[in-house]
Amino acid sequence: MAEKTYVEDIDRSMYDFRYEEKDAYRIEEGLDPAIVEQISKEKNDPRWMHDFRMKSLEIYNHIQMPDWGPSIEGLDMAHIATYVRPNTKMANDWDSVPEEIKDTFERLGIPQAERKSLAGVGAQYDSELVYHNVQDFAEKLGVVYSDIESALRGPYADMIRDHFMKLVPPTDHKFAALHGAVWSGGSFVYVPEGVHLEIPLQSYFRLNAKGAGQFEHTLIIVEDNAYLHFIEGCSAPKYNVANLHAGCVELFVGKNSTLRYSTIENWSKNMYNLNTKRALVKEGGKIEWVSGSFGSHVSYLYPMSVLAGRGASSEFTGVTFAGKGQNLDTGCKVVHNAPDTTSVVNTRSISKSGGISTFRSAVVINPQAKNSKSSTSCQSLMLDSESRSDTIPAMDVKTQQADVGHEAKIGRISDDAVFYLMSRGLPEDDARALIVSGFADNVGKELPLEYAVEMNNLIRLEMKGTNG
Amino acid sequence: MEPLLKIQGLSVSVDDNEILHDLNLTVGRGETHVLMGPNGAGKSTLGNTLMGNPHYKVTAGTIIFNGKDIADLSVNERAKEGLFMSFQSPIEVPGVSLSNFIRTALEQRSGKRIRLWDFKKEIEQKLKVLNMDPSYADRDLNVGFSGGEKKKAEILQLLMLKPSLAILDETDSGLDVDAVRTVSSGVKEYQKDKDGALLIITHSTRILESLHVDQTHVLVNGHIVENGGAELVDEINENGFTRFEEK
Repeated sequence: MAEKTYVEDIDRSMYDFRYEEKDAYRIEEGLDPAIVEQISKEKNDPRWMHDFRMKSLEIYNHIQMPDWGPSIEGLDMAHIATYVRPNTKMANDWDSVPEEIKDTFERLGIPQAERKSLAGVGAQYDSELVYHNVQDFAEKLGVVYSDIESALRGPYADMIRDHFMKLVPPTDHKFAALHGAVWSGGSFVYVPEGVHLEIPLQSYFRLNAKGAGQFEHTLIIVEDNAYLHFIEGCSAPKYNVANLHAGCVELFVGKNSTLRYSTIENWSKNMYNLNTKRALVKEGGKIEWVSGSFGSHVSYLYPMSVLAGRGASSEFTGVTFAGKGQNLDTGCKVVHNAPDTTSVVNTRSISKSGGISTFRSAVVINPQAKNSKSSTSCQSLMLDSESRSDTIPAMDVKTQQADVGHEAKIGRISDDAVFYLMSRGLPEDDARALIVSGFADNVGKELPLEYAVEMNNLIRLEMKGTNG
Repeated sequence: MEPLLKIQGLSVSVDDNEILHDLNLTVGRGETHVLMGPNGAGKSTLGNTLMGNPHYKVTAGTIIFNGKDIADLSVNERAKEGLFMSFQSPIEVPGVSLSNFIRTALEQRSGKRIRLWDFKKEIEQKLKVLNMDPSYADRDLNVGFSGGEKKKAEILQLLMLKPSLAILDETDSGLDVDAVRTVSSGVKEYQKDKDGALLIITHSTRILESLHVDQTHVLVNGHIVENGGAELVDEINENGFTRFEEK
């Protein structure tokens, strides 16, 4: 496809291709007990999980839709298929994955990245994982990386039961309850004590089906004195009906361990991304969130860190880019529950062509969290006068002995800067794209090289034809 | 041989105020010209106009560069043609390293990928000429640079991009003696390296002490009031601009 000059129809062909749906099974649209029963049966749930789903559905029916953020009126649960199973079994070599699905992931660069720089890969297509593989060396270290469904029946069944939706209970909010009822797919990772996995694991979530929802569950348990870098990617082709993503991520970080959780999210612009992520960090442990949000029509995304042990820390580095027709409400939450805990938040938001980008954060420092420190810095860049950017930081500090700082900056690209870069030979679009990439470099420099390159490509794609 | 730059009857306005009036100026290949004049004479206006700053509107006249009328060319197309300007106040661009920026610019100009190894070797050599620590290449473009460091970074870009005409807009202003000397040696390197032509805009004469000058032009109130050789620089050095302002 040739490059076009209008923002409205930028060439997203890299993500926008789609295959005809050849699902083996697609559940009826809508949500009622019969549908949840059916999903549970399809997935051959253990009894407790079946009951958990039914209970979650009940909770879902009793919770109000959130009314404090971007409008989700366009999302009608009566028209969302909550379960779509691709016509394949999970494989651990790409050759056993059906051609079209394999081709999808190849175009997204997943098998290539796996060969070069990953210790394990999981690939989900619609509601189920179609590929899962862990390199031998990681397995030998005792690292477990599997789909949740197998883990529910394997040697880690009790561990799953002890942790599943304990950090994000279905009562948390409407879409957590929905997730509890219809979740499918996702990953389970277990890193034993003392194991430093130097090479990242990656899960990629692709929603190909139209008018469907994806509800993958990611559960990661990192024992004491260990290290893990987990990368999550997601994308979908564009349809003219609403799609829904309501995943759930639960992370348990052991004493003196570090977990880095990186996400490049590029859902298509008909997606409602109502995702919940949360980490519980023990004494001396650290959670590092690296988050790039580029896609979706509406996003509600606020990864939360609970600093439960002395000296635990959280670092959140994020960039959000809202273009035409996008209303992205992103940020994070940190709860300091122990002394000497530290949190750092550093975000950039970019809005363009009428896009709305809102940074929303909450820092809670509880009375017992003496000598805790928290600093938040958010910067916004608005690329034109029709775009919007808001900053809503909340702080709730319940001890005198805490050091809390916040800094916000809002700016535009100056004509002088564009002239300066152009005077060295850069065309105007490239000059603007370079300034925006530089602005988003807080995230770029935290990502592994290939992902940083992908992020800069996304920025260039979004910036093409700004002046067209 | 046709001149590198030929400006004829050029008038320029900013926000509807005419700053330059009916200006003529010719620069030959490899020549060094000096444009001097008191503050507010319109010197920087000329530099910005040549480079294509959209803030400056050409209301009359032509600018022929390399045999081509460049009045309608965009800023980057002018750069591709071989024009360069060292900015009076270089802009800070966070998140973009100096070396990445130069490499991107080179690739844009040539349309070809640059071999990283060759590039690294060259930039290291040029950094040396300018007495700059190699670590500057990895720092964000102009961010946190002192005034002198910013000017040196401009000359570094000049040496790497190798234009055929470089406009130095007040490159010596605000620099201490040592920095002026370093910048001068960078400029000399450019002159001999590529037989590069220069239009040096300045209101002082310090940067000119060690450079060979072909022609000097004196700009007062938007008019070129006198043209001469290097001796004009010496005269201004001694007596200032009073004689020209009375004209």
